[in-house]
Amino acid sequence: MKKLPSTLPNMLCVLTLISVIAAGALAYVNQLTAGPIEQNKARTLAEGINRVLGANDAAVQETSTVQDANDNDVVIYMTNKGVAVQAIDPNGFGGTLKVLVGFDDKGTIKGYTVLEHAETPGLGAKADQWFQQGEKGDIIGKNPGQKELTVSKDGGDVDAITASTITSRAFLRAVNVAFHAYAGASATDGQTGATPHQPQN
Amino acid sequence: MKYLNILWNGILKENPTFVLLLGMCPTLGTTSSAINGMSMGLATMAVLIFSNLIISCVKNLIPDQVRIPSYIVVIASLVTALQMFMQAYTPEVYKTLGLFIPLIVVNCIILGRAEAFAAKNGPVESIFDGIGIGLGFTIALTLLGGIRELLGTGKLFGATLWAESYGMLLFVLAPGAFIALGYLIAVVKKTMKI
Repeated sequence: MKKLPSTLPNMLCVLTLISVIAAGALAYVNQLTAGPIEQNKARTLAEGINRVLGANDAAVQETSTVQDANDNDVVIYMTNKGVAVQAIDPNGFGGTLKVLVGFDDKGTIKGYTVLEHAETPGLGAKADQWFQQGEKGDIIGKNPGQKELTVSKDGGDVDAITASTITSRAFLRAVNVAFHAYAGASATDGQTGATPHQPQN
Repeated sequence: MKYLNILWNGILKENPTFVLLLGMCPTLGTTSSAINGMSMGLATMAVLIFSNLIISCVKNLIPDQVRIPSYIVVIASLVTALQMFMQAYTPEVYKTLGLFIPLIVVNCIILGRAEAFAAKNGPVESIFDGIGIGLGFTIALTLLGGIRELLGTGKLFGATLWAESYGMLLFVLAPGAFIALGYLIAVVKKTMKI
């Protein structure tokens, strides 16, 4: 078969046709994968909440979203085993750091997990281990309401990750933001203390 | 024999990483561990096989002056579909590779093979070329990732061989990628006498 010559109608038709077919195929794939992608997200969240609360079957009873001082969304998950708060700090070493922190009813940290980060592998990326129970920067059992969490370099009592002070500061800021959102939410008994924002069931 | 030659050509003689030096961005960016390198290589191979196949089938329907935009649309659709499938069925891999998956669209290996091979050969040869080049890329990335992981963290495919504190962190970071790649290319060139 001879190659189509490059005339204007030919080129228009071919490009249009290719784009339409591509769009159709992608729409189909999108439809096919939308379900599993949603399920994955829900499962990751449920696993995260269980991990930070040290539970196996924490059931989310109420979800609310508030804004922190910098207008970032903070999501509060009230469960039957405690409260899990998802907060971010945009000033990590490699960008935004997203953490999920679990609190008991007195505001003591029960556990945490780093949901998203772009920190340096081998340095700042250690944050998901470093602050766990028994590790060098252990924050489990501390209560940010009694004393704001800061690294020892800034006069606090948390050991920063070796050679990753910027990551450590960002991480602790995110934990503090999470605590304030938690405190605001529990002070008004389930009602959001800060700016209310599209409450979900 | 002919097909075997095409395969061999992709894996060794025209290895995209060691000989053609194409696709350096994902090569340096994703090879912080052997498993990451291998996943990236396999993802690229999947796109490459399908893009080669489709382009070799429709090559005569595409007028010369609009071939590049047409190829890009085909490749971009394949990558987007791959991204959605990975998000749905291999979320862990998707999380580690993240940004580098959409970047496969502008990987010069894929457009390069579309231009240099698929646009001139039949569908079957093009599939074999895709497999060959894809395997070459996967092997190169796995090798580079393995070396960096071993020297940097003392692990290989996640299994600890020696304590992490003996590792040279440099090799996990960006400079280590350049150093390891440079040595690998030198070794390949010397042994192959290219």
